[in-house]
Amino acid sequence: MQIFGTLLRRELAAFFLSITGYVIIASVTLLTSLGFVVLIAGLVGSDPTIAPVTEIFYSTFSFWLVVLLVAPVITMRLFALEKSSGTFETLMTTQVGDLQVVAAKFTAAIIFYMVTWLPMLVCLFIVRHFTNQPGALDAGTVGGMYLGIFLTGGLFLSLGCFASAISRSQMAAAMISFVLGVSLFSLGYLARQIPVTAQWQSRVLSYFSLFDQMDDFARGVVDTRTVVFYAGATFFFLFLTLRAVESRRWK
Amino acid sequence: MIEVSNLTKRYAGRTAVSDISFHVARGEIVGLLGPNGAGKSTTMRILSSYLPATSGTVRVAGFDVFYDSVEVRRRIGFMPENNPLYPEMRVREYLKYRARLKGLGWRRSRERVDTVMEQCGLTDVGRRIIGQLSKGYRQRVGLADALVHEPELIILDEPTIGLDPNQIRSVRQLIKSLAGKHTVLISTHILPEAEMMCSRMVIMFDGKILAADTPENLQKLMQGSSQIVAEIDAPPDDLRAAWAKMPGVEQFDVSAGADNFQRCALTPRDGHDLRLAIFVLARERGWTLRELTRRRHSLEDIYVQVTKPNDEDEN
Repeated sequence: MQIFGTLLRRELAAFFLSITGYVIIASVTLLTSLGFVVLIAGLVGSDPTIAPVTEIFYSTFSFWLVVLLVAPVITMRLFALEKSSGTFETLMTTQVGDLQVVAAKFTAAIIFYMVTWLPMLVCLFIVRHFTNQPGALDAGTVGGMYLGIFLTGGLFLSLGCFASAISRSQMAAAMISFVLGVSLFSLGYLARQIPVTAQWQSRVLSYFSLFDQMDDFARGVVDTRTVVFYAGATFFFLFLTLRAVESRRWK
Repeated sequence: MIEVSNLTKRYAGRTAVSDISFHVARGEIVGLLGPNGAGKSTTMRILSSYLPATSGTVRVAGFDVFYDSVEVRRRIGFMPENNPLYPEMRVREYLKYRARLKGLGWRRSRERVDTVMEQCGLTDVGRRIIGQLSKGYRQRVGLADALVHEPELIILDEPTIGLDPNQIRSVRQLIKSLAGKHTVLISTHILPEAEMMCSRMVIMFDGKILAADTPENLQKLMQGSSQIVAEIDAPPDDLRAAWAKMPGVEQFDVSAGADNFQRCALTPRDGHDLRLAIFVLARERGWTLRELTRRRHSLEDIYVQVTKPNDEDEN
């Protein structure tokens, strides 16, 4: 536990004590704010809607752009940089376990990822302030939204961890995880195009329907199946990451 | 402390280390010597259980590096080639982090960090950022890291590479001071360095061990073929005739030196000391003798001899 804590502190420090960390936070803030502006511009002058702000918010381009773009950028450094600079060797020749390293790196990545989303709360505050609608910042919908961000983030970050663990160059890691992420995203798109029928193929595909699931979260609806799906997929990719880290022992 | 038996490591299509065996006793400082690409780093990586061996067994402090990897890693301090560090961290912060990572408690890690910083002369730069330090200081940070948890075995891959002579001297002194308390394995391709620091040397070339012995014994091995150099003011032909007649001369070479002197290089037969005979000869003939030296083969020569084929294509 001490070793995990030490590793986690070091990984978090690498995010928060470097200029890159703040560039990422600033970029996410800028993108979500741009999305917010687009959203407000669209809402003004249109008919009133009963959908919560969070739900409309997620359907703007910026949300998915951020998820797809930021996850690879956050994770590309994790293993690839250590491998190319050689510090992976100093790290792995101490008594740390492979699992501790993977867990600490992933945990740090997801903590940082959640922090990058915090400025978005301000947008919701603005809506509440100017509309005088307390419902704009409803704990249920905001909580659901952040749970959704956490779960999708976990999945995309675990993809990124895996990509970083199998490559030596950060560029390659970023590209691989971007491609994996976009593939998953396209699968969700496909799931939306094809109507759900009784056939197992479309049932399986519906699990990948990221949009509908995010819709639910943004409405404050938490479906256990979705949570299990995301958590399972995240653990699966973390398991692959662990195997990739271990692989030097049997190569 | 280290027992390597029949160790082989193959990378895809290339054998880096082939069937080597050696052992290192507790408290020894052993140098792993060889040109670049001889398999030193690979051997060290296997010893520190970073890479698995293709075949053969390696035991460190009685633990197998593959099956008891954690136990082995607990007992070693490893400084890899090029001494990788986190450039964005501060010296003290880095050492503290490493100490904690190696399982030292909060207070103990603080004590140990203070001790190794003192030992490695880092006390003044504790708050500096590693990336802005000179190479010599960075090297010392790497050393301090290897020492911080008081490991039984310290493995240093090229600890003095890229340092200036003063820095090399201080790093050498530091390593020497570890003898007895710790077992140290260092790799280097600079021979005088190994000669100075190590109680035993293992010379590697092309993945194999060519020689393993104390520096003195390695020198003795070569002593039979020492050379005697004499500078004499005499006609070259007379000299040649004299050397040909002299008993105990295996080979000779006469070449013109500065101001009329002839420079003669003589190889004695089985360890004969020719110096007296040369002096007597010069006195009898009335020749002026201005230099008479016996050149011992240094380890440099052994090294060059055993590692020769690689000289041209490296660096």
